[in-house]
Amino acid sequence: MAEGTHQDGYRIYGVVWFWLLVITLLELGAVLVHLPHTLLVISLLTMALMKAGLIIAYFMHLRYEKLSLAYAVVTPMFFLAIVLFAFLGPDALSVLHRR
Amino acid sequence: MAHDAIDQEQVLASDWGGGRSPFDVGWPKLMMWLFLVSDTLTFAGLLAGYGVVRISLGRWPVRAEIFNLYLVGAMTFILICSSATMAVAVSAAKRGDDRRVIPYLLLTVLGGVLFLLGQAYEWTHFIGEGARLFGNPWGIPQFSATFFITTGFHGGHVSVGVLYLLATALRWSRRSIQPESVEIAGLYWHFVDLVWVFIFTLLYLI
Repeated sequence: MAEGTHQDGYRIYGVVWFWLLVITLLELGAVLVHLPHTLLVISLLTMALMKAGLIIAYFMHLRYEKLSLAYAVVTPMFFLAIVLFAFLGPDALSVLHRR
Repeated sequence: MAHDAIDQEQVLASDWGGGRSPFDVGWPKLMMWLFLVSDTLTFAGLLAGYGVVRISLGRWPVRAEIFNLYLVGAMTFILICSSATMAVAVSAAKRGDDRRVIPYLLLTVLGGVLFLLGQAYEWTHFIGEGARLFGNPWGIPQFSATFFITTGFHGGHVSVGVLYLLATALRWSRRSIQPESVEIAGLYWHFVDLVWVFIFTLLYLI
């Protein structure tokens, strides 16, 4: 953790910035070339999660925090995603089919 | 050697036994993290609501014909850049690289202001085309409702963030805060960027 020798120099932020831009351009590209719908949705969600991971791990520094903090932050998100998909997804589809 | 291992085990076990800081961060930073978790639930609710109305309707306007994706792409670019400058400001504050803190904080503020200008332009254009909170010319009222509420909520977060960063820069220049305060402001700002990743993907692209 000594000043300056710590792995997080300024360089890492430039690298993360670069990859965030690359993924954003890929996202826009995927829309502009009209990928098939299912493939588009899957690839866009994957790329969004990759960007989120980069931001949380490096910009928000969670990678360098104690693991207990990472668990405390990430575990609720995991359950949230399950609950939202498991309960709201079928609801929305059943409304669609009743129309 | 064996003695060391036992020591370490005892230290781990006593983490939650009181008298220590189990997360190994100061309470202000922990509070910001917990606030961000709860704020995630707010945005998750908005985006999930959007998903439900959109899926249950089965039809939705073609966004590429309504929004200028290049403008939105540029706004995304600006927000990502401001997040990177924020990360540099935080790192500079923590390592005592004093001459970088204020300039990079102000660059971050500039990014936030530019983003807000882009959003103001986009809203003006959208409203000019007839979009209202409860109705729009494309015949799907939920479309403009979810758009205004979700991007409005996010824009509100950016506006508050700009004020927060200005206050942080001012207090840093008066030497009345510790590096940890800059870091906590940074957590908030990165979170605003993080939320935009999902709004950009779900509202504009998918």
